[in-house]
Amino acid sequence: MATEVVTNGSGGPDARSVFGPPRRRLGEKAIAVVLFCAAVTSVVITVGIVASLAGETITFFADKAVTVGGFFTSSEWSPLFSDPQFGIRPLVQATLIISAIALLVAIPLGIGTAAFLSEYASPRVRAAIKPTLELLAGVPTVVFGYFALTYFTPTVLNGLLGLDVAVFNGLAGGLIVGILIVPTIASVAQDAMTAVPQSLREGAYGLGASRRQVTVRVVIPAALSGVTAGIVLGASRAVGETMVVLIAAGQLPTTSLDPRSPMETMTAFIGATGKGDVPTGSTGYKAIFAVGFALFLMTLILNTISIRFVRRYRQVYE
Amino acid sequence: MSKPVISIIAAAALAVGITACGGSSDSGSGTGTSSGSVTVDGSSTVFPFAQAAAEAFQSANPNAKVTVGESGTGGGFEKFCAGETDISDASRPIDPAKEVPVCKKNGITYTSVQVANDGISIVTNPSLKITCLKTAQLNQLWKKGSTVTDYSQLGSGTPAGKVSLYGPGTNSGTFDFFTETINGTKGDSRTDYQPSEDDNVLVQGVEGDQTALGYFGYSYYESNASKLNLVAVDGGGGCIKPSVATIQNGTYKPLSRPLYVYVNTKALSSKPQVKAFIDYELANAEASAKTAQIVPLTPAQLSQAQAALKKAEGS
Amino acid sequence: MTTASARPARDVLGKPSSSHRLRDRLFVIMLALLTSVALIVLAVLLINTASDGVPEISWSFLTSFPSAFPAKAGIESAITGTLWLMGVVTFVIVPLGVASALYLEEYADSSRWWNRVIEVNIQNLAAVPSIVYGILGLAYIVRGPLSLGRTVLAGGLTLSLVVLPVVIITAREALRAVPPSIKEGALALGATRWQAIWRQILPASIPGIATGVILSIARAIGETAPLILVGAATFVAFNPTGLNSAFTALPLQIFSWVSQPSDQFRLLAAAAIIVLLVILVALNAVAIWLRNRYQQRW
Repeated sequence: MATEVVTNGSGGPDARSVFGPPRRRLGEKAIAVVLFCAAVTSVVITVGIVASLAGETITFFADKAVTVGGFFTSSEWSPLFSDPQFGIRPLVQATLIISAIALLVAIPLGIGTAAFLSEYASPRVRAAIKPTLELLAGVPTVVFGYFALTYFTPTVLNGLLGLDVAVFNGLAGGLIVGILIVPTIASVAQDAMTAVPQSLREGAYGLGASRRQVTVRVVIPAALSGVTAGIVLGASRAVGETMVVLIAAGQLPTTSLDPRSPMETMTAFIGATGKGDVPTGSTGYKAIFAVGFALFLMTLILNTISIRFVRRYRQVYE
Repeated sequence: MSKPVISIIAAAALAVGITACGGSSDSGSGTGTSSGSVTVDGSSTVFPFAQAAAEAFQSANPNAKVTVGESGTGGGFEKFCAGETDISDASRPIDPAKEVPVCKKNGITYTSVQVANDGISIVTNPSLKITCLKTAQLNQLWKKGSTVTDYSQLGSGTPAGKVSLYGPGTNSGTFDFFTETINGTKGDSRTDYQPSEDDNVLVQGVEGDQTALGYFGYSYYESNASKLNLVAVDGGGGCIKPSVATIQNGTYKPLSRPLYVYVNTKALSSKPQVKAFIDYELANAEASAKTAQIVPLTPAQLSQAQAALKKAEGS
Repeated sequence: MTTASARPARDVLGKPSSSHRLRDRLFVIMLALLTSVALIVLAVLLINTASDGVPEISWSFLTSFPSAFPAKAGIESAITGTLWLMGVVTFVIVPLGVASALYLEEYADSSRWWNRVIEVNIQNLAAVPSIVYGILGLAYIVRGPLSLGRTVLAGGLTLSLVVLPVVIITAREALRAVPPSIKEGALALGATRWQAIWRQILPASIPGIATGVILSIARAIGETAPLILVGAATFVAFNPTGLNSAFTALPLQIFSWVSQPSDQFRLLAAAAIIVLLVILVALNAVAIWLRNRYQQRW
């Protein structure tokens, strides 16, 4: 590194008078170490997460009442009752159903928004819509939960659409989570579409394609990696979403596939049980960790897939 | 670094200052001298009562800080016997088999005082017109492994409707009391219902679900009476609806019960604010009960409670 | 690439016809509709919440404590609790986040495996659901080794965990935006690495870092799930007295009021939401203003 002192022989100020004597070797090393420790904190945090989750999960499985097979296959989840059952299937099922509904909503909305912003919108329209989407992304999820419970279920689902859902239901949860993740999908997809080289579009225009055909047959397929990355990222967010489902989807672990009834997701279980302040060491406490660990693994896998896709689409054009 | 940023920071500091100072003059004009913290936790049934008392107490004593939690009777006792709380609200007595040994082991001594009465109320959504249920029918509906999926299966004229149940979770004293009284053993209950330690969530659920049936403390029914249908219970003496009168004189059977407050004796003697608060709670029991829409103590019960408390404080 | 024997556009893209033009038009309309759905939902949410909540907002609402009586209930303890949490979070994420970013940008040799591990780590941490951080906070900060109990400090530390990865990533981008020539000029004049960083690079990247910090704080303020696991009892009717004090926060208070069946409390929840949104918009505006005002063209 450039630590040699440059002395100026012809009368200009020399570095020594500007920066002082170079007596900082030890200080430099110390600073480097301090900064390294700061960065390592992030590793410590990850280790902490995995350790706390994994450790208690192992203790959880060691408990007499829990069997590994039963955990994955049993369809009853009642960990806090006198004869507790620990089948995680109802929780995972609810998480998947609600995430699926969310994606069903968010994928068309997200890709449509991205295509509109990238290919059709004028800079002024874009300047108006982008911040509004960022605003949507910045609204706290508890607000969406409130909206789902007090307005969406009674007025839209029961009133407007006449669906006859219970006050706590998976459908409201899924639809609102879908709206919630639209900015995520839209922004990643839009970046991917904008990154498609203009030459591809111009080639298609040159062949007589309309803008629609360019968008649908050239841009979106070319941006597919990025769009998929956005979708997977959105899925990860949907799986990890807590407040909307806690407030609006209810706390009934069920194997019913009907989204009009209440259903408890993995995140809702953690939130509801943690709020009750279960004592350390009880089976309920350990169940939080087991479910949390499963949740962590799910989002980790989804996130890794998403990063791979991002890397892939970046490489194609750089 | 520059004026705008500095002014933003200044504005923020000002905001903090205003809220900090402006608040204390609005929050309590009381002249009471109690100060310090009091930690209360436990039953969600007793919670409205405790909250009303805490609020009035803090209004009279602005320097006192009372926190009231809602972890359920069982959860409350866990923390109480670990020495983490000063007062534990309970809708059932402390369990001699499971909880008393823990308190003993940690050297926690306590006194219990009755602060109110309650009758567990069976409610349904107004669309589900059930007027009376025998205890045998309740047992059939709620017992462990119950196969009842439609209310008409309970017989004797109950209407049809898909069974959709709401009730307290397993940390709740209401759960313990209900299961023991109706199903014979504490904790014996079917598990396919919507549990919550927060009775407000249960009320919301029953209100919004057309074939819903739930059970919780009487005060939660009273506060929401216009949105719920109250079911009379036949415990052998005919269909009786819970009310202040029937709960106080015990004719609402078998779901009438006392509500308690357990106080840590060491906290009682070493923290004057705890003594002040519990004295206040009892002295104003009637007013708090009214606010919380909970069934108050009879005059006889009140004097008994105050005598018991005086004895504990004297020792 | 086009040769005489290339397939004509007609074969590739189909026959252009009036039906195509109709489809083109419908397509634009469909895209515009899709775009507007999310925006319409946002508008309905804001209008609805505002119409419910704004009438409830008054000076006494802002300066009263939670109460069993809706008429008397207010959010003072929630606001002060949120401010305290913000303070703790800022105190933690600024040094830790900037230091980590500095290390990764200026000191780390990316060919070393441990530096790559740290980088991948931070990316993964940014996507972990916030409730998992709540579990971590409950296990290690409230109980376990730190055993802080349900206090302001515990809540602040847990929230810091949630936003730290984002702060590191934004700080890195801010540092990266400073052209290498600045640093190289300083080094050529004889500065040590740290001097170059401290006197040249860091000052130049402060607006970007500040923007990132403010946006992260805005995110931390709205987080409810971790606070549910780490936060205090239901009824907190006082302002935090210190780092060791019990606390409540705006999102917690909103959540608590939403769970009440009484319509009156729902209105209060709406009012608290409006207050929260105002704070968030203000923070975002400051961040955007900072970014625009101090953005330097290199």
